[in-house]
Amino acid sequence: MARPDSDPVLKALNITKSFGALQVLHGVSLEINSGKTVSILGPSGSGKSTLLRCINWLERPNSGEIYLDGEPVGRHPNGELMSDRELAAIRARMGKVFQSFNLWPHFTVLENVIEAPVQVLGVPKAQAIEQAEQLLQKVGLQDKRDVYPYSLSGGQKQRVAIARALAMSPRVMLFDEPTSALDPELVGEVLAVMRDLTREGMTMLVVTHEMAFARDVSDEVIFMDQGEIVEQTTPDRFFSNPETRRAQQFLARYQ
Amino acid sequence: MSDWDIIIQEWPRFANGFLNSVVLFVASTIGAFVLGGLMVNGLRSSRSIVRRAFHFYVDGLRMLPFLIFVYLLYYGLPSFGIKLDAWTAGLLGLVIYHSAYVAEILRGSWDQLPNGQSESAQACGFYGIKMFRRIILPQLILNTAPILGNQLIYMLKDTAFLMIITVQELTYAASSVQSMYFVPLQPFIIAIALYWAVSLLIEGLVALVHRTAKERGFGQT
Repeated sequence: MARPDSDPVLKALNITKSFGALQVLHGVSLEINSGKTVSILGPSGSGKSTLLRCINWLERPNSGEIYLDGEPVGRHPNGELMSDRELAAIRARMGKVFQSFNLWPHFTVLENVIEAPVQVLGVPKAQAIEQAEQLLQKVGLQDKRDVYPYSLSGGQKQRVAIARALAMSPRVMLFDEPTSALDPELVGEVLAVMRDLTREGMTMLVVTHEMAFARDVSDEVIFMDQGEIVEQTTPDRFFSNPETRRAQQFLARYQ
Repeated sequence: MSDWDIIIQEWPRFANGFLNSVVLFVASTIGAFVLGGLMVNGLRSSRSIVRRAFHFYVDGLRMLPFLIFVYLLYYGLPSFGIKLDAWTAGLLGLVIYHSAYVAEILRGSWDQLPNGQSESAQACGFYGIKMFRRIILPQLILNTAPILGNQLIYMLKDTAFLMIITVQELTYAASSVQSMYFVPLQPFIIAIALYWAVSLLIEGLVALVHRTAKERGFGQT
């Protein structure tokens, strides 16, 4: 079905989330258009990761709506909860990269990348392997295809995790602090892969503390604090001329 | 005729008993793992009522001596109009009883598994039984090989209890030879040797799983 290009790939409307008495998200809304990279910045505890977890319903939002390509995520338009199967089908169209990689340790690198395409999408194995090899080449790990994740460095693990998510041909990639668990010297190799993805036109939502990445690579920056979006603007304006005091204070700590 | 000649003469009885024990052991192992694998999902259900019901059931079974459990199945159920033949009662008893242990072992292992493992699977579109079978269960088994191996040995030895409900397994064979010829020692030496041989095979299997786990870096952190 043809859609106008201006329709957002991903749309979140008024997302709220509480853990017990603690409200973590106070009605957050955002949109990402196709091919854009949006970075979400903010101090820890500002709700960035929770927002990302709500978007693919790893965390069930208390209220609000999420749409992927105009289709609701998590709840049907009549408010009814989606079944596990329906939710899984829509999650399969969003790639997610975790801070702690979460590779499956009992599978080799190649097996990690082909597992979901074969088991979830029903892609023939030979075809999945061919695609996985291309993806591993893209993230620079083709020579690691037959090793187990535990023997990889953190940066290599994260690159495999990116390949694994890409293998599902997702509409959007969600990155949850992808470099925060890495030794400083390994951050660059992961960011380089992410830069390539942006250049190739992948739609990306990136929660990060890497200010240089947010400034140089993203089309838009969202600054969150205390569970709400405080600023939403171009990287140039955010980094050179932040409007709110909270953003100024935040940036002062990083520069 | 020496006592050992009696053993040789009655060898078909031992062979038949041993075969029955092995069949019971293998069938009940498969059954207990399948059932235990299903039950661990109940023990970890997100609904507290389901979780508590499964815990109650599993703990209840584990408190029961196996001998009494299988006795009830065979001699007790007919009072409720359910009559099982010895083999069915024995096999059912082994499967139900040991599935509770398998479920509990797997639950302990699953509690230790980082949440991120199932989250990354869900994020890739996995759910339900396939997610459990492909992503979770292999890790639970690799993490608990020695404990599961121990349980297998218990399962093997528990097949011996089935002689009291007249299943003609290895201990039954040894016991009948013993009472027919009044040779108290040799029949049981043979039985022990055969149980021991199977236990060694189980140990070998455990070592294999352990090596598989080590190759994948399990238990290194």
